[in-house]
Amino acid sequence: MNRFETSKVECVRGDRPLVSGLSFSLQHGELLHIVGRNGSGKTTLLRTLCGLSRPNAGQIRWNSTDIHVLGDDYRALLAYVGHANGVQGDLTAAENLHVATRLNNGTDTLVKGALERMGLTRFAHLPTKVLSQGQRRRLALARLLVSKKNLWILDEPFAGLDADSVAVMEDILTDYLTRGCMVVVTSHQKIACGAKATQHITLDS
Amino acid sequence: MTSSSLFVAVRCVFVRDVTVALRRSTDVLTPLVFFIIVGSLFPLGVGPEPNLLSTMAPGVIWVAALLATMLSLSRLFANDYADGTLEQLTLTPHPLTTLVLAKIMAHWLLTGLPLVLISPLLALQLNFQYENMGILVASLLLGTPVLSLIGSVGAALTLGLRGGGVLLSLLVLPLYTPVLIFGAGAVSTHALGMDVEAHLSLLAALLVLSVIFTPWVTAIALRISLD
Repeated sequence: MNRFETSKVECVRGDRPLVSGLSFSLQHGELLHIVGRNGSGKTTLLRTLCGLSRPNAGQIRWNSTDIHVLGDDYRALLAYVGHANGVQGDLTAAENLHVATRLNNGTDTLVKGALERMGLTRFAHLPTKVLSQGQRRRLALARLLVSKKNLWILDEPFAGLDADSVAVMEDILTDYLTRGCMVVVTSHQKIACGAKATQHITLDS
Repeated sequence: MTSSSLFVAVRCVFVRDVTVALRRSTDVLTPLVFFIIVGSLFPLGVGPEPNLLSTMAPGVIWVAALLATMLSLSRLFANDYADGTLEQLTLTPHPLTTLVLAKIMAHWLLTGLPLVLISPLLALQLNFQYENMGILVASLLLGTPVLSLIGSVGAALTLGLRGGGVLLSLLVLPLYTPVLIFGAGAVSTHALGMDVEAHLSLLAALLVLSVIFTPWVTAIALRISLD
């Protein structure tokens, strides 16, 4: 039974304290929805939860072990879709996804299905620099489908998506949560997915 | 993680970087053309005195190689930083040091190696004797990977900074001096008919040291830049 928790996490950007005393505990099949105004520190918090930045105080633990102690073992179970899509413009959509698969010990045979599910099959062999912002976002999200991870951390996953893609993404989240995995997400909109429990955190600074 | 998955990841990063660089062929050609132009300017500047040119040749070629490598360093991480792929690379379950080494190898293959291959042509322009050509190529073959390796530290430290290009040269060029001294020294010494083993051994030692240490430092610098 996996558990992802933080205790009294504090994030500071420059001299500005953004998040302080944040504690939560997330169990399998649960979704954590973080809301807050622009500039309230959502992205900073997510990057800290990924281990890209260190919290100024407090601890982030996976199954009672600090994530910085786990290191590569933590990264092996984590998938992050950040503000930047992480899509290389000179590579095709399929190549981008193959790179992500090989770097994350994913399965190459899942690439085709992931492209299809995100509605990108027609564009699979185009360099991604000619794709639209929304299509690139869909490709970034397709990365989630090619490797088996226990925790997804998503920064505004729906930004730039059309209504159909939002529905597809909500389906994907539902499937994922039913399998007993966890999701931490920031979004300005309501997320309709069948989480066993949804926790809300509002950041205000 | 198993070693086979690490091998897959390293090969993937290497192939990816080479593919991307080949699709942006101007990125690959710019340092090479720069190298040729700098080398060709010298005879115009100092006059067509054959003996003078052949004495200067090792130094000119080495300095030109140094500057051409400098010019290409920014592309090592900057594009990946801008589009977020670097962030994804640091979040993979593999030691970043090893992945960074793969990136540097890809960088050398498309920057350092072309310089090495074209250098005999430049040497001919500078009235360089044929019998020294082998040593010139050998010294560049040992030295240019060191330039890419040391340069990667500077490229990682100046990532995302405004005016990073100038700062990068201030950081990296002083560190290039030992490579320049032993590289150009090897060629001049050989031209004087002396033994070059010491020079080449020192270059090889620099290469070994930088292969071991610089990817590690670069990985730390990248994590700091991404923080």
